[in-house]
Amino acid sequence: MEHTILKTEALKAYYVLDLYGKAKVVKAVNEVDLDIKENEIYGIAGESGCGKSTLLKTLVAAVEPPLRVVGGRVTYRVAGVDVDVATLSDEEKRQLRLEFIAYVPQGSMSVLNPVIKIKDTYRDFIESHISAQQKAGAYELARDHLRELGLPVTILDAYPHQLSGGMRQRVTIALATLLKPRLIVGDEPTTALDVVVQRGVVQLLKDIQSDLRNTVVLVTHDMGVHANVADRIGIMYAGKIVEEGTTERIFADPQHPYTKYLIESLPKFGDKTPRDSVPGSPPSLADLPSGCPFHPRCPHVKAICKSEMPPSLRQADGHRVACWLVEDGVVVSQRPAAQVSGEGTHANVA
Amino acid sequence: MQTLLEVDKLTKVYTQGNLLARINIMAVDRVTFDIKPAEIFTLAGESGCGKTTTAKMIMGFEESTSGVIRHNGKPQRPNEQVWRTEGVQAIFQDPFATFNPLRTVDRYFFETVWSYKLAPNRKAAIALIDRKLKAIGLSYEEFAGKYPSEFSGGQLQRISIARALLTDPKLLIADEPVSMVDASLRMSIVNLFKQLRDEFGVSVLYITHDLATAYYVSDRIAIMFRGNVVEMGTVEEVLMAPKHPYTQLLRDSIPEADPKRRWQGKVILSDLEQEEYLQQGCRFAGRCPHVMPVCRQAEPPDLQVKGTLVKCYLYSEEDAANQC
Repeated sequence: MEHTILKTEALKAYYVLDLYGKAKVVKAVNEVDLDIKENEIYGIAGESGCGKSTLLKTLVAAVEPPLRVVGGRVTYRVAGVDVDVATLSDEEKRQLRLEFIAYVPQGSMSVLNPVIKIKDTYRDFIESHISAQQKAGAYELARDHLRELGLPVTILDAYPHQLSGGMRQRVTIALATLLKPRLIVGDEPTTALDVVVQRGVVQLLKDIQSDLRNTVVLVTHDMGVHANVADRIGIMYAGKIVEEGTTERIFADPQHPYTKYLIESLPKFGDKTPRDSVPGSPPSLADLPSGCPFHPRCPHVKAICKSEMPPSLRQADGHRVACWLVEDGVVVSQRPAAQVSGEGTHANVA
Repeated sequence: MQTLLEVDKLTKVYTQGNLLARINIMAVDRVTFDIKPAEIFTLAGESGCGKTTTAKMIMGFEESTSGVIRHNGKPQRPNEQVWRTEGVQAIFQDPFATFNPLRTVDRYFFETVWSYKLAPNRKAAIALIDRKLKAIGLSYEEFAGKYPSEFSGGQLQRISIARALLTDPKLLIADEPVSMVDASLRMSIVNLFKQLRDEFGVSVLYITHDLATAYYVSDRIAIMFRGNVVEMGTVEEVLMAPKHPYTQLLRDSIPEADPKRRWQGKVILSDLEQEEYLQQGCRFAGRCPHVMPVCRQAEPPDLQVKGTLVKCYLYSEEDAANQC
């Protein structure tokens, strides 16, 4: 059994805005429990505006006003010791970044400094983490690292605008993994890329992961990418993880109506049967509906859904769903009743 | 069968550099296709393959270097306002950039109605707008007086389609209409194209890099690579049995939402786009797994194999003759 490397307990992170003397609270991360293991790829999926990026910000401890962590905690396991992120000083956080946790952002054009060459960006990164004696070897370290990843070494002498979008994104990933972090957090690292390039970038990320045997937390709304790389997936809706399980289980047997919609709305090759989008549109995080936040869009809505948030129920194999339909034993994926009987064995962890 | 739009050897050359050191980039290289009435035709390919430039030339936003565009058999004049003369309307990629955030959305609708003289008075205009909005699943009351920020991306994209429909167009040019919209809401837009084709006989030129929605919605498809159409035919033929090695690579690279079918093998990415544009012979030769010496020397011919156009040396004239 692998150890937990990253853990959140009832994490709440809100944007607290002051609009004309009236407080406006955007509940972007609302009681999220995550337990991410070593040597796994954990995918987080959801629509835009569901709080995915905010969750990542709190995971990498880059919380700046107006974002505030109002409850719960984030724990890293650094070298066998549990560390509560809230207790770290800025200098300690700086040390952990890149060496323990690395962040791969989305827009690679705005990440790399456009007026300096890639090798200078590399030098900046290396010099902030390596002692003065080793600085002379910085260029060699960068070159070896690129060669290891199979990227052309000539790009070190290029400016960011001379590289294609896919190459820039791969350079960003290479930079993030320079010091072999134990945890890589990627925020839509492949979104805006072409399919072939996307495949190359995901391939690079997977190669690094299997090489370092570390953990990757991958946020993307593309369920196809999740199906391809993730070991486990958490489905996020309106600031909450509504369903979590192994990739196989999520795709073969989704239980939350939202997950079902997400998967069934994807067109497949060789199948032209009509498909529907998720009805309605995502709720505003500043003005969440009462009870289950999905109830205004849910086709199976019941009275209790409108008043109370369903607890997140863990089942025998670690699968977790927050839906009133599942608790009743009436699973929304219209399967034969015999298969549903296993639902009674789950323990309530909420 | 009559064709609605014919594109014949359309070419666009961009020149880079100065007088002494000049490179010509063939952004669009002798692209030829046609669209029939009530047909959804997809132009697919990676970014930088020339699909948007092709659309811009059809819209008259960009002047072609050579080649002819014909609407119902009539050649398009330079800078012709095809949206007035030929009933061509466009839908753009980013719905939030389509509408001015400081203007209510209905003002765009009224502006179109007045400038095309589609209705004699405000009451008739509202009736017309309401009818078009009904087609996309909204009503006038839900939308009047609202700003773009009050709609979701998917809704706003459907509103921009409704605006294009006001003039009863025969052809919609949709340039990446779903790429800025959430995957969960994409189907609402793609389904709308199907509905427009079936109920109103509108043809759609659907430009996308998303082959899964292209397969779902379109009748015929052309795959572009570095300015060339490398394969063209019905979606079943092209996407279910791809013939050109590039189409095969593209098809294999689409992440399928099925954990049992993960990517196999590795891909090689090109480091510099420009080199591929300038390459002699087949532009895919540098990355092709089946590359032969002849591929690097001369451009492959366009062959008809089983009703599909393929631009590749792997298929010979005999193949084409035998299978016809």
